[in-house]
Amino acid sequence: MFELIAPIFQRLADETGWNFIIFYDRYEYDRFVTGISISLQLILWSILLSLVIGVLGAWVQTARSALLRGIVDGYIQLFRNTPPLIQLLFFYFGLGAFTPQVDMGGYYEPMISSFTWAVLSLGIFGGAFNVEIFRSGIEAVPKATAEAAESLCFSSWQTYAYVTLPLAFRISLPALTNNLVSLAKTTSLAYVISVPEMTYTLNQVWSDNINVPEMMVVLFLFYVVVVSLIAAGLHVLEKRLALPGYGR
Amino acid sequence: MPSNPEISPHRAAPANWTPDMPLVSIKDVHKSFGKLEVLRGVSLDVKKGEVVCIIGPSGSGKSTLIRCINGLNDIQKGSILVEGQEVNDPKLDKLALRKKVGIVFQQYNLFPHKTALENVMMAPVKVLKEPRREVEERARALIAKVRLSGKEDVYPGHLSGGQQQRVAIARSLAMRPDVMLFDEVTAALDPETVKEVLLTIKELAAEGMTCILVTHEMGFAREVADHVYFTDRGVIVEHGPPEELFTKAKDERTQRFLSQIF
Repeated sequence: MFELIAPIFQRLADETGWNFIIFYDRYEYDRFVTGISISLQLILWSILLSLVIGVLGAWVQTARSALLRGIVDGYIQLFRNTPPLIQLLFFYFGLGAFTPQVDMGGYYEPMISSFTWAVLSLGIFGGAFNVEIFRSGIEAVPKATAEAAESLCFSSWQTYAYVTLPLAFRISLPALTNNLVSLAKTTSLAYVISVPEMTYTLNQVWSDNINVPEMMVVLFLFYVVVVSLIAAGLHVLEKRLALPGYGR
Repeated sequence: MPSNPEISPHRAAPANWTPDMPLVSIKDVHKSFGKLEVLRGVSLDVKKGEVVCIIGPSGSGKSTLIRCINGLNDIQKGSILVEGQEVNDPKLDKLALRKKVGIVFQQYNLFPHKTALENVMMAPVKVLKEPRREVEERARALIAKVRLSGKEDVYPGHLSGGQQQRVAIARSLAMRPDVMLFDEVTAALDPETVKEVLLTIKELAAEGMTCILVTHEMGFAREVADHVYFTDRGVIVEHGPPEELFTKAKDERTQRFLSQIF
């Protein structure tokens, strides 16, 4: 791949001054590819964590215990009403200060890396919205459908897992798509705690090579492509899962 | 929150219950929703193999009563025994009770994301953990029994009301209950599909299934029921064999209700 495009971008730089160094310099190219990989991993893990939190949180919201519901409610208020940037800084610098250091053979590293903090922080941030999204879906599932499951001996978790959630998930999908798209974009904030994802990497590249406009274009395109793919994937899922003849 | 995900393995009735005793025995049941007293001392017995119809005006507590029998509603006072087991017991294993007591609802309440066959198979496979192949065989037979062969892979949204209701009946039967509750199962149906659902219930009754029906189908009650109860404002006003109740009702309220219907 690199060998194929390098001469083209080398010529472009020589003839026009448009310096896309990440496409013709081996070192910068590797940096760029690593940035892509870290960004995609960050997006994937944050989304997965946020979904797990959303599913469990929404289930707890249906619990009888007011204490449990209160805890989830407090979590939502805390993380929905504070900026994700502040949350990242809080997790990394606030909580990170208290996590133990690990001897890496001569030097010390925090046990929880900045990448892990970013996944935790972003997952928890996105999860707060997902709980509310799934809850609205659950509330739209007719009580009688869940009651039918109950009368067929389903336990409350089985009713949730086999009946309520699959239906609520379908109802929630459009809102969920919005939130996951938003979360994918928010991963760029991990830049502030030095996670070497796309934004951070390209910032390094343009600092070293003074080619800000070119790298900005690449950064824009990167997010356009990745986020469009996520949205398109979720739309396909929405079509696939559509209930035949339901609600007409 | 889940407390008891597993069904208790033994489903034998308590030692003090024998099949010649009432399968369902309801004694002086009281039930209120807030200040509204829906059931005010209802008592009735249902023997094994018996078909019992509960009729009466809307709001008389019929549906509430049969929902109490499988623990979907709890009661404030009185006792409901199913095969000698007290339903109104906080320590009751609700899942074990519900395995014995099937219920079919007015609005069918099928799982819209599952096909007819999957609807019937789901509880035995997922809850009772019975082998899938065995359950599938039984489910197909049940779907044939409710005369829906060929509709196994159709989703509820593509079935008519009457067809959905028959899938719902098959779904309940798949759990092999000892008694079936029918909560106004034809009330939401078009007149032409009512017949096929009633026919299904009639066949069940003929096979000896114990059935408790809340219904507005007086002709059906008259034909199928062994015993008919007329309820009004939370009490049983009058009861007896259908011939007696429908032709020689003693209570004025019963007479007025029946005269409005016929």
